[in-house]
Amino acid sequence: MSSALFYAWVGVVLCGLGLFGFILHRHLMRRLLAFNIMGSGSFMILVGLAQDGRGADPVPQALVLTGIVVAVASTALALVILRRWYRVSGESRLPEDV
Amino acid sequence: MSRKLLAALLSLTVTLALSLALIDRPLPTEDLPARVGQAMQSSGVAHPVTAVLLNFRSYDTLLEVGVLLIAVVVALALREAQPDGPDRMGLDNPLLRAITAWLMPLMLMVSGYLLWAGSTRPGGAFQAGAVLAACGVLLRLCGTGLSWLEQPWRLRAGLALGPLVFLAAGTATMLAGASFLAYPEPLAGSLILFIELNLMVSIALALISLFRLAPPQSDSPHFADRRRSRRE
Repeated sequence: MSSALFYAWVGVVLCGLGLFGFILHRHLMRRLLAFNIMGSGSFMILVGLAQDGRGADPVPQALVLTGIVVAVASTALALVILRRWYRVSGESRLPEDV
Repeated sequence: MSRKLLAALLSLTVTLALSLALIDRPLPTEDLPARVGQAMQSSGVAHPVTAVLLNFRSYDTLLEVGVLLIAVVVALALREAQPDGPDRMGLDNPLLRAITAWLMPLMLMVSGYLLWAGSTRPGGAFQAGAVLAACGVLLRLCGTGLSWLEQPWRLRAGLALGPLVFLAAGTATMLAGASFLAYPEPLAGSLILFIELNLMVSIALALISLFRLAPPQSDSPHFADRRRSRRE
């Protein structure tokens, strides 16, 4: 197993861990964190797989850079919505999970 | 079956399936690094990732800035009328202010350097914008605030600057007869730097305003009666 493939596999493990946390936890902040871990895992799969056997590939790297910015924006938006939800309802989880 | 066991089973299955897919993956049919290497001559920059981001696949970058802008618009729509005084911003500490006064020029310099370095080495508008946004967040956390952002039209103009310049550059190439966002070769380098400069301002403002728009932490929820008496 090359090191690039190993990175991709670590990304797979991160995806699995993120999914586990996302299902298990009901607190919205923990869910957001788990979702971000899943996202980081998919970025690692993308970059690791593309580098396997032929060195750095700028196209997936640019794709992942775009993805990171979108992930930052969506996480920030999710935090804004989450805190607004807490202000309105006093709950840090969704109504069906309480 | 308990929730924990079910979650563990599902995530293990997904991990195993993904691992199998990783082992049994199809080989790439196209040699993308070689194609990028061939086209580097006409891109106007020397770093392949910047060339892909702002020349070969600049459409992606344009839409990405659009996503950032949409996030800010939604956050603006969700904000509540709240006084935004220094007492709401966090730590108003003289030591923090003194350190910030030392750090701020350095951070601005790093941001400018990252923007400039993007054409030849890792760096570019997003990294520079992130450092610039960190400046804004730091200023806000030490209670200095960003009073010039209080004017709504200034914030909106700054947010729209990057996407508008990007769109204008793309449309100008269409007027010149090329396709959308296909920069002419002799101008590509300076055009990319100019677009990146404006993008940096918009990205930094978007990140700062997303940080500002989150409701402050210190106060309790509006509707205390809706709160559950039992806390798990």
